[in-house]
Amino acid sequence: MGNKQTIFTDEIIILLSFFFSLHARYHELAPHLVPMDYTNEPDCKLPLALIVNMPELKENPFRNRIVESFSEDGMGNLSFNEFVDMFSVLSEMAPRELKAIYAFKIYDYNVDNYLCKEDLKKTLNKLTKEELTPEEVDLVCDKTIEEADLDGDNKLSYSDFENMITRAPDFLSTFHIRI
Amino acid sequence: MEVDSVFFTDRSGRVTSNPLLDQLPSYQSLLYRRKSSGAGSKRRNSSRNRFGSSGSNKWAVNTVSKHEEKQKLEERPIRELPKTMAEKRQQKAQRLQDAADLSSWRQWKQGTRRYLRRLREDAHDWLSSLQLWRGDIHLIEGMFGQGILSYFSFLRFLVMLNLIIFVLMFSFVMLPIIIAPHTSGNITYNLNDGGICSVYPSSTRRGLVIYYEHIADLLSGGGFLEQTYLFYGYYRAHKIYFPKTTYNLPLAYLLATIAYLFLSLVWIVKRSATGFKRSLIQDEDRFQSFCNKIFAGWDFCITNVNASKLKRSSLLYELKTDLEEERIKQKIADRTRKEKCRIYFIRFLLNLFVMAVLAGCFYSIYKATIFSQKAQMDNIKVNFIVDLIYEYLPSIVITLANFITPLVFSIIINFEDYSPAFEIRFTLMRCVFMRLTSIGVLLFSLWSQITKCKEEPCVCGYNHLLYSCWETRVGQEMYKLTIFDFITIVSVTIFVEFPRKLIVRHCDCGLAKWWGQQEFAIPQNVLEIVYGQTICWIGTFYCPLLPAICTIKYFFMFYIKKLSLINNCRPATRPFRASSSNFFFLCVLLIGLALACMPVIASVAQINCSQACGPFVNYTTSWEVVPTAVSQLPDGVQGLLWALSSEAFAVSFFVVTCLAMFYMIALAGAHKKVIKQLREQLAMDGRDKRFLIQKLCQAQRIPEVRPSQPRQQVLSSSSSRRSPNYETSFSNNFDESLFLVHSPPDSSTHV
Repeated sequence: MGNKQTIFTDEIIILLSFFFSLHARYHELAPHLVPMDYTNEPDCKLPLALIVNMPELKENPFRNRIVESFSEDGMGNLSFNEFVDMFSVLSEMAPRELKAIYAFKIYDYNVDNYLCKEDLKKTLNKLTKEELTPEEVDLVCDKTIEEADLDGDNKLSYSDFENMITRAPDFLSTFHIRI
Repeated sequence: MEVDSVFFTDRSGRVTSNPLLDQLPSYQSLLYRRKSSGAGSKRRNSSRNRFGSSGSNKWAVNTVSKHEEKQKLEERPIRELPKTMAEKRQQKAQRLQDAADLSSWRQWKQGTRRYLRRLREDAHDWLSSLQLWRGDIHLIEGMFGQGILSYFSFLRFLVMLNLIIFVLMFSFVMLPIIIAPHTSGNITYNLNDGGICSVYPSSTRRGLVIYYEHIADLLSGGGFLEQTYLFYGYYRAHKIYFPKTTYNLPLAYLLATIAYLFLSLVWIVKRSATGFKRSLIQDEDRFQSFCNKIFAGWDFCITNVNASKLKRSSLLYELKTDLEEERIKQKIADRTRKEKCRIYFIRFLLNLFVMAVLAGCFYSIYKATIFSQKAQMDNIKVNFIVDLIYEYLPSIVITLANFITPLVFSIIINFEDYSPAFEIRFTLMRCVFMRLTSIGVLLFSLWSQITKCKEEPCVCGYNHLLYSCWETRVGQEMYKLTIFDFITIVSVTIFVEFPRKLIVRHCDCGLAKWWGQQEFAIPQNVLEIVYGQTICWIGTFYCPLLPAICTIKYFFMFYIKKLSLINNCRPATRPFRASSSNFFFLCVLLIGLALACMPVIASVAQINCSQACGPFVNYTTSWEVVPTAVSQLPDGVQGLLWALSSEAFAVSFFVVTCLAMFYMIALAGAHKKVIKQLREQLAMDGRDKRFLIQKLCQAQRIPEVRPSQPRQQVLSSSSSRRSPNYETSFSNNFDESLFLVHSPPDSSTHV
């Protein structure tokens, strides 16, 4: 852009309106906690319980993990910056690599940067609300690791996961939230 | 604390560098990529200190390539970089600073590039906003998911296709005739040479016409509709003499026919190309079974409690089906020889039964067509309704057959003991075959009637007494099929689906529970519209306005189906795989197109065109118009065209195409091998790295390293989550707690 004046294109207007609507949502979660004036860079974080009850996240089986993976302290307390991060990664506009990184974080329950069999079991149980028998869960997890594991260590590292998810045809269309 | 380097040993932040590992090219590129994507100055300083001694030689060599990488990175718009907001702001400030440093020429180049990219994106957005029914389809997608969405976008595609075909026929065949009087053009008509073949008794009703006879005419395409632009017989113009040019209407008619068939082929193939590639890749890896379902299966957009329950149950169903498939595969592998013989014998018997059922249906269609034709010829007028039934008899029989046979097939397949996925596909193939072949049988029976004369061989090549204008008769049959198809769809929706919904909702009896609420059965609906489209393709040659009728029919069908879906149906419990369904629809459509080409080609090239009506009166067969026109071209062009149609050219063209095909197949095979090798290499490299690190650690025995700490503790202390760095701990395998950190976003995804 350089020295030219900033022209408000449609794109910028869309982004700005997205941003302001996000702040409106953030504010209405806890009106007494969230400030409207950010000149002094206030340090305000909303707890996990409030965010997880948003209508967009309420029905999602991974809601706790989603909020935890975007929070700095790992406990699910989001500042406004992190809130914007979360919804922009989950929006339609985010690129595939970015979504893949956060998908990996979300499914990694024990935060060891591997998707081990335990992580997969938890994911599967959250998805199906434990309606599969334990043998079936076992079999599915084994098959998943078999399909995606490249380096043969019986768990999925980030590169295994990324290699697999870039070939998943439904990933981009399912991994997004409309707000 | 800042996680800055590839190797990070302990809490106190002291970095023990390993000069050998520092020089690994992969390490260098990782570190560079992280640095160049907007790291803060603090990080830069610390890493510069580290690099002071060891890597300086390598550093100098690599600066040139790194500069180029940096340029490439700058081309991507900032919003697409996989970074957090804070880093993106830093990156933007960085870029502005860099941009100010560049020369004005480069600035202008960058600016133009940005402007063009934005223009392209805007044009793309504008074009996609012009799409028909965009809002409706979004709504359907939100409520019912991807499978049903693909059905409706397929329907939209067919509306557009039919519209384009109609525009093609209209502008090349009808428009010249219509505008000729206005532009002082002179139309010469085909002369009635007085032979017995060119007698065309008028079919318009005379005398007092009762109102319902008009309705009968409208529904059957006879009476007052026969001598209109609707049918082939009306186009009697031979040549149109405009002030500057002569317009050869018969040639235009034939070429427009070939053009619309070719255009449909090209458009369908182009549309199915993406789906085909995707299916090939998936078939290679059997990818869809588990990974895709677990990691990309849950739709994050779901906010409704009912929708989430539904999604959960459909995922459960899919997983259970896949597990079942695995079990059945195992069972098939374990089958004994005796069991195999038994299964094959049963399958043979059942296939014979299926063929008998099909033969029975085809025979009844044949008989119904002959009966209907005789009834129309003999002009027996019993009463209005019965006459209409006689006219529509072939359509009724076809519809009944297409209703019963899928039920029969789905019962039979249970005894044949295939895997579930194969069962679905096989039943579908049988239904497709049934639907499309029934049209073929109808046409065959018509053709047998047309070419059957009292004294063999026929004087005019066809039965001129009964079928003075046989093309119009065929056009009328196609017209009737289309109308009846539309009426069937509307009546089934109104008289079957609505009552079903009312019964299930308000009545609590056993019938309601057994029948259940309507589910939108995608395969059957797709077959319905492919059937309609095949009729349209065959019929356009005989009835040039048929594409317009089909466009209107599909247009109304969209709204009817949408209404039925939203009001009557519940989402399917058996999910239809969306990513492969587009390809399936287009495949079936291609089969329909192939089938439609055959009768058209046969009638153009083989059967004598009628001498009493239509544009080809002066020729023996419709195809003859082309050689006649070619013989009037200048000698050079004529010679070229004759050479192109000679056997020598055809054979050599065929050979060249075969060679190209073999080359492509070999190339694909080679690529597959390479992919397999690369995958193995990736696994090998991972193992190599671990082995090397193990050896290095054993060899070095670094004293400052603290003994192994509990993994969780160390990892949770590394606070900075601002950048998505990853710590991969190898403390499982090694005594020393040496942690390997790599930054996955840049390394694995950047150029």
